Amino acid sequence: MSDQATGEQGLVQLLDPAGVRVETDQNAAYRERVAHLQPDHLRAMYRDMMLTRRFDDESTALQRQGELALFAQARGQEAAQVGSAYALAPQDYVFPSYREHGVLHVRGVDPVDRLRLFRGEDHGGWDPADHNAHLYALVLGSQVLHATGYAMGVQRDGLVGTGDPTRDTAVVAYFGDGTTSQGDVHEAMVFAAVNDAPVVFFLQNNQWAISEPTTRQAKVPLAHRGLGYGIPSVRVDGNDVLACYAVTLEALERAHSGGGPTLVEAFTYRMGAHTTSDDPTRYRDREEEERWRRRDPLDRLEAHLKATGAWDQAWWDGVEADAEALAERIRVETRELGAPPTSAMFEHVYATPHATVADEAAWQAEYETETEAAR
Amino acid sequence: MTATAVRTSTPAVTGRQTITFAKAITLGLRSVLADDPKTLVMGEDVGRLGGVFRVTDGLQAEFGEDRVVDSPLAESGIVGSAIGLALRGYRPVCEIQFDGFVFPAFDQITTQLSKMHYRSRGRVTVPVVIRIPFGGGIGAVEHHSESPEVLFAHTAGLRVVSPSTLQDAYDMIRAAVASPDPVIFFEPKGRYWSKGEVDLDAPPAPGILDTARVARTGDDVTLVAYGPSVQTALQAADALAAEGTSAEVVDLRAISPLDIPAVVASVRKTGRCVVVHEAPTVHGIGAEVASRVTEEAFHHLEAPVIRVGGFHAPYPVAKLEHHYLPSVDRVLDAVDRSLAY
Ligand SMILES: Cc1ncc(C[n+]2csc(CCOP(=O)(O)OP(=O)(O)O)c2C)c(N)n1
Repeated sequence: MSDQATGEQGLVQLLDPAGVRVETDQNAAYRERVAHLQPDHLRAMYRDMMLTRRFDDESTALQRQGELALFAQARGQEAAQVGSAYALAPQDYVFPSYREHGVLHVRGVDPVDRLRLFRGEDHGGWDPADHNAHLYALVLGSQVLHATGYAMGVQRDGLVGTGDPTRDTAVVAYFGDGTTSQGDVHEAMVFAAVNDAPVVFFLQNNQWAISEPTTRQAKVPLAHRGLGYGIPSVRVDGNDVLACYAVTLEALERAHSGGGPTLVEAFTYRMGAHTTSDDPTRYRDREEEERWRRRDPLDRLEAHLKATGAWDQAWWDGVEADAEALAERIRVETRELGAPPTSAMFEHVYATPHATVADEAAWQAEYETETEAAR
Repeated sequence: MTATAVRTSTPAVTGRQTITFAKAITLGLRSVLADDPKTLVMGEDVGRLGGVFRVTDGLQAEFGEDRVVDSPLAESGIVGSAIGLALRGYRPVCEIQFDGFVFPAFDQITTQLSKMHYRSRGRVTVPVVIRIPFGGGIGAVEHHSESPEVLFAHTAGLRVVSPSTLQDAYDMIRAAVASPDPVIFFEPKGRYWSKGEVDLDAPPAPGILDTARVARTGDDVTLVAYGPSVQTALQAADALAAEGTSAEVVDLRAISPLDIPAVVASVRKTGRCVVVHEAPTVHGIGAEVASRVTEEAFHHLEAPVIRVGGFHAPYPVAKLEHHYLPSVDRVLDAVDRSLAY
C-alpha cells in the first residue's frame, strides 16, 4: 500500500476525533467560517446526521425483509454529506451519486421518495426542480459531467459574480474515490477548469470502491488530481462536520463569485457494506473498521456538544422521537409503494409521441386485457 | 467570457437559394440560433474553423463564443455537459466530428441522454441534438466512414434521423432543435458538397422527424433507403426505368421511429421490397424493415424482402470501399432477384 494515496496529510480539521476544537495556524481561515455557528446550528447538524443514519438503518432492514431490491448506506459519511449540504445556498444545485442520502435529506427530498429507486418502483423518485437536487446517478461519473454542464448554464444565465448572495448560484457534484478513475470525471474537470464553471467537485474518499482500496485508483492523494487541471483542491477530514461545512463554504464562495471550480476531497470511511449485496469481510479487516469507528462523525459531534454544554437532554429526547417517527414512516409508506401500472413502462420514453412506443404500448394493453379475460 | 455576440453583416437568409447541402444545415442552425438565445452549438473546432466540414461556418462570428462553443477534445464531455446545459434550460446542438468518434460519448448518449426524461417520469426534458457526419464514399482513413445509426436506433428515448435532400437538411435540423426529445442527427457527409435549391422561408415541419417521404413513385418494386443511400436508390430507379421497370423510392428520413405504414403502403402497391443502406446488413435496419413488412404486408409480397448493405466487417480501406458500399449495380442485382420470384 502506498501511503501517498491513503495518508492523512494536509487534512483540514476543526474538530478532532475526541470532539475537541482544533486551533492551528493552518486552519485559521476555516475557523472564521464557522465562527458564527451557534449551539442551535450544531444541534441541527447533529440531528440531520442522526436522521440520515436512522434512514440508513431502517432502509437496510427493509432490504433484509425483501421490501427493497438493494440499498447503499451512507453510514460513516454523514459529516461529509450533511456538512457540505449545510453550506449550500437555496438556489445551488446538487448532482448526487447513489449514496448521498444525507445531502438529499438536507435538501428536503422525501425519505420515501428516496427509496423508490431501491424498491424498483421508479428510476428516479422526485422532481429535481422541487429541491434543486438531481436524481441519483448509477453510472459512475456520469453525473459529474452533468453538474459541470449545468454550471456552464448557470454561468450563461449570468448568475455568478453578481455579488447578490440570493442570486449567485453554484453546483455540487458528489462522487466517490473509485469514480475518480472514470474518464467522465477527468473530462468534467477539463470542461470546468477551462470554462471557470461554478462547480464544486465533492469527492468522498471513503477508502473503498466496493472491494478495491483507494490505492487501486491512485498513487497520490486524490485531491492532487485537481491541481493538474488548475483547480484549487483541498483535503478535509470528512468525519468532521464543521471542517466539511467550512471547506465547502469556501469552495461555493469561489464558485459564486466567478472564481471557478474547486475539488474537495473529504477523507472519510464507509462503515457499512458497499451495498446490501456486499460482504466487506472478504476484503477488509476488523482492525481497520475499528480504527475508523473511533473516528465516528456522530460520536465526535456528540462529544463536542457535551463538552461545551450544548447537549440538552430534552432536545435529545426530541431527536430520538423524530428518528423513531421517521423509521416508522419509512416502514409503513415504503410497503405501500406498490408496483406502477404496466402502462407506466411506456410513459415518458419520449416527450413527444413515438410510433414504435405507441404501437408496443397498444399491443401490450391488448395482450394484457386478453390474457385477463382468458383467465 | 465574451457575453455579447459580435454581429457581422450577414448575407440574405430568406427566399429560395441555391446552396450546398452543408450550407443548408448551416442556415438551419443559423435560424435556430437567431430565434432562441438558449440554443447553443458546441463541439470540436465548430467555432473559428466552422467545423472540419464547415457546417458551422460563420456562426461563431455572428453569435459569439458563448453560443458557438469550441469545446475541449472530449466527446463524453461534450455530450455530458450538453445534458447538464439542457437540464438548465439550454438547447445544445453538439457536433461529433466524425462517425467513428462518437463512441467515447456512447455511454452518455445511451445511458444518460436517452433515459433522463423517462427516469424523471417526464419531469425533465433534455433537448440535445447530436449531429454526426456519417457514411462513406469519400476515400477517408479508418473511423471516418462508418454508419453506427442502428446502435442509437436500438436505444429507446432517442430519435434517430438522417436527411437526404437539401430541403430536408434545412427543415430537419430546425425540427431536431425544436424537438423536446434528444435527436441523433446523421448527416450524409458524402452529400455535403452537393448543390440545390432550398426554400429558406419554409414553415417549420415538426412531423418531418418521423415521417418517411416518397422520393419517386413507381409500381413494380419499392426501394427503401435513407441518408446517403437515397441517392443510390434514385440512380438505381433511373437505370431500372431505362429497362422498363418502375421503382418507387421511399426515403425513411427517420430511423427511429420507422415510418412503417409508409413503407407498407408502398409495398402493398408494388409487391416487392429492397432495402438499401450503407450500414452492415446483419442485425441492421434493413432487417427491421424486412421483418415489419413481412408481418404487415405478407399477402401482398411477391418476393422476400431483400437487403443491400455493408458487410459484417470493419469499414474497409478507402481502396476497397466501392466493394463495400451498396452500389447501383448491387441494388439492380437485388431488384433482379426480387423480380425473378
Ligand atoms: C461505470 C460503472 N462501472 C461500474 C459500476 C459498478 N459499481 C457500482 S459502485 C462501484 C464502486 C464505486 O466506488 P466509489 O466511486 O469509491 O464510490 P463509493 O461506492 O465508495 O461511494 C462500482 C464498481 C457502475 N455503477 N458504473
